[in-house]
Formats: sequence, C-alpha cells, structure tokens
Amino acid sequence: MLNIHDIMETITMIQEENLDIRTITMGVSLLDCADSDIKASCRKVYEKITRSAEHLVKTGEDIEKLYGIPIINKRISVTPIAMLAAASGGDPVEYAKTLERAARTVGVNFIGGYSALVHKGFSAGDRSLIESIPEALAVTDHICSSVNIGSTKAGINMDAVALMGRVIREAAEKTADRDCIGCAKLVVFCNAPEDNPFMAGAFHGVGEPDCVIHVGVSGPGVVRAALAKCPDVDLSEVANIIKRTAFKITRMGQLVGSEASKRLGVPFGIVDLSLAPTPAVGDSVAYILEEMGLEVCGTHGTTAALALLNDAVKKGGVMASSHVGGLSGAFIPVTEDAGMIDAARSGDLSIEKLEAMTAVCSVGLDMIVIPGDTTAETISAIIADEAAIGMVNFKTTAVRVIPAIGKGVGEELSFGGLLGSGPVMPLHNDRSSAKFIHRGGRIPAPMQSLKN
Amino acid sequence: MRAVISVVGRDSVGILAKVANACSACNANIVDVTQSVLQDMFVMVMLVDISDISVEFNALTKTMTELGESIGMVIHVMHEDIFNSMHRI
Repeated sequence: MLNIHDIMETITMIQEENLDIRTITMGVSLLDCADSDIKASCRKVYEKITRSAEHLVKTGEDIEKLYGIPIINKRISVTPIAMLAAASGGDPVEYAKTLERAARTVGVNFIGGYSALVHKGFSAGDRSLIESIPEALAVTDHICSSVNIGSTKAGINMDAVALMGRVIREAAEKTADRDCIGCAKLVVFCNAPEDNPFMAGAFHGVGEPDCVIHVGVSGPGVVRAALAKCPDVDLSEVANIIKRTAFKITRMGQLVGSEASKRLGVPFGIVDLSLAPTPAVGDSVAYILEEMGLEVCGTHGTTAALALLNDAVKKGGVMASSHVGGLSGAFIPVTEDAGMIDAARSGDLSIEKLEAMTAVCSVGLDMIVIPGDTTAETISAIIADEAAIGMVNFKTTAVRVIPAIGKGVGEELSFGGLLGSGPVMPLHNDRSSAKFIHRGGRIPAPMQSLKN
Repeated sequence: MRAVISVVGRDSVGILAKVANACSACNANIVDVTQSVLQDMFVMVMLVDISDISVEFNALTKTMTELGESIGMVIHVMHEDIFNSMHRI
C-alpha cells in the first residue's frame, strides 16, 4: 500500500499548489507536404495535421481524468513553414490560414512553426515568410511564429536581426487594437531547440521523427511551497529540496508523456524540464526567488538565486525522465508571472537585470512590454544583446518583447489567459543603436564553437 | 488496474460505509483501506481494483466527487500509477 503521506502530498501539489502538465505537444513533420503548387501544399498540410492530431485533444483529456492531473495545453508543432514556402512560392500567409483552420478543427490551443531558421543566412522562402509574419499573426489566433537568427556554431545573422526589429514593430502595429497581441506569439531565438514543446517558440526540427510527442511540465507553486516548509535551511539544502521536488514534477511529465505516446501510437520525444509560471497567484518563479530570501525579485542576488534554482531543477529532473530536451530550465516571462509583474510595476525589476538573469536560466527576455515609440533598431539591438549571451554561452536565448503601440512607461497591456498582463518597462530609448544595427553582416561564431 | 480513492474532511459517522457502498455499486473491489488524522483533518485512502468496474472510469470519478460534496468531504479518484511514479524509483 502506498504511504498515506505520499498520497496526500501529491494531491496537495495538484489541488493547492498548481501542479500541472503545462503542455502535451505533438510534433508533426510537414516535409512530405511540400508541393510546387501552394494550394496543393496547403491542402496536404491541413490533411496531415488533422489526421495526425485527430485524437490528440481527446487523449489529453482522457489522461487528465485518469490521473487527476490537469493538462493545460494541447498543442502542435510543425516543420518550419519557410521550408514549404521555399518549395511552393506564393504568399506564406496562406499557410498561416491553413494552420489556423487545422488548429480549430482538432481543437488545439496553439500551432507553432510559422518559422524560419536563418542563423547563417536567408534561403528561398525565408525572407518572404519573415516579412509575412505580422500579417500572419494578425489574421490568425492560434498560430505562433519563431525565427532563429543566431547559433553558437554559426554566429549571429545581423541582417536577420535588423529585419526582426522591423517585423516585431509591424506585428505590434497590426494588432494595436488588440493590445499588440501579435508580438506575444512571436519569438526570436539564438540556438533554438528543435524539440521545444513550449510556445511561442515550438517548431518541429528536421532531425525529428515524422510524428512525436513532447511534454512540458510546470510547477513553480510546488517548489515554492516545498521551500516555504523549510525557511531557515542553508542554500545546499535549498538546492536539495528543489531537486527532490523537480524529480517528482518531472515524473508526472514522464508518466503522462509515455501514456499519451502509447495511446496515440506515436513515439515519445522528450520531457522539457521547465518551471513555467502562470499569472495565477502562487504559480510564480519570482515567488520562489523571494522565498529563498530576496525581498523582491530583481534586487541584488536575484541572478545567483535563479542560477541555483535553474541548476537544481535540471539535476532533479534529469533522473526522472528517459529523455530530456526542449528548453529545460526556469522561465522568466514577465507578464506571465504574478511576482515578476509586481516587481516590474514597482520598478524593482529592470530589463538590464532580466538580461543578466537570462544568462543563467532558460530562454531569455520573455513577454516584456516596451514603450510604443521604441524604434525597430533598438528592438534589433535588444535581440543582438540577447543572442550574444546565447551564442557565447552555448545556450538557447530568445526575445519576445511587445511594443505597446501608443503607450508609454506607466501604462499596461493585458493579453488575457496564460499570456497575462504587464506594465511598460523603460528602455534607453534616448540613446540610439541604429548605426550598429545598420552595418548588417554577421557576427562571427565564437571560439567556443570550435570544439572539433 | 487499480485506483486510489482519497477522502479528506471533518470526521463524521459513516464515511467509510458511504464510500464503500458507492464502490460496491460500481463493482470496484476495495483492496486496502487506511485512515489517519493529518493536521486536524480526517484522511482516508482506499486502494480499489477497477479492472471490472461496471461504469466508465470517468463516471466513477464523478460519482465519488458528488458523494463527497453531499457529505461535506473532498473525494478524489486517481489512477495509482501517478503516486507510484512520483514516489517510487
């Protein structure tokens, strides 16, 4: 018989501490849908997605009921659409509309993969896809887009960085009437992982199988609650507590992923060992850092606390899962994290501190609302800074910033749902980076890339 | 296939009987029962064999949730694998 304390611990984690499986993401390869006729290509894309993912949502719901653990999102990631656009030509927005139709048919929360990989340069289809992103995100609700502009191996494609600054601004302008939500569905990567189950950056890499199931776990509330029970232990013990908790959280992901894979007859890919916050009170990564002893997230010590948290999450999670991948680490999306929102509102959390934090945790400058008058060049410069951290440190970094068109510091945007809301954060908008960005070209790959 | 039924709330007369009755009505065989008082709360955990239940698993969950509401307790039915995978290596 199971121990009654263990049983109650699991139930408390789910009922009171917001433990959930954040996402089951089905990766679907669309390489076999490429056609020189865009209409035929779109038809094949729709058929393949609706066929592969026909039972995805139902299976997710069944597993949810069987184990009594919520599975918040059921999603799909697809082959970067730029590759299909390369074969077919035509207006890539047609693909976005096709994906939107497929998403509605199968009932998933998002489809990710309106993407292009241009870390070394643009090939056929890449530029037209990237230029179409603002329109694609404006006319769809369930489509996420990502662009990889750099990697440790390739360096940073600064022409793409300059282009993405303009694309982000345009995406905000086109959805200005809806709190600029287009930009919440668009992320710019350095070292993008090919098996990421989390949005907005999920896409199905070319090295992946035809169809695969990835799982992203969550659980900041559980970690915080575990730490709250031991307020006076030293940091070695804090790390141990986080490891033990992360192990348990990840085992859930492994269980749900293997069950989903078995029921859908699709291979199990990876568990993404992430602490993904939500705007719900008690489900915040910032609160974990504050539980460790910081008065507010963003003050001195935040980077060190986050480094400890991120490392312990991985150490605990890695033994709990057969395959680990994706982004794997603590997320710090400002508008999606109640504690971060508070810290940003009070001015305790600045974009500079967030940038430092991204050097020691998963992803990057995520869900940050910036002033509406920020120039494309400044956005590009933010991307370049963040990509440089990823490139040099052999890690994934990303930028998902939302220019609040028509708004300035002190005002807020609200996206609703898991995307949350947040205040406009100040930048160095009175100092230009334009000359640097307009130079274009490529930042060469660093010495770290020469490992062979 | 086995499930864990957990019952949490204020202690009162007949909880075990009511839950056992509901199990019997669905042909769920009770394998083990343990109960305890944790932080002033009455906690009962039942391990039941659900291989031959006469209703869908979801219906069993619903029946138990409703029973819980009617007697002022919180009742969860969850597959035992979630506990095994979380607490055993």
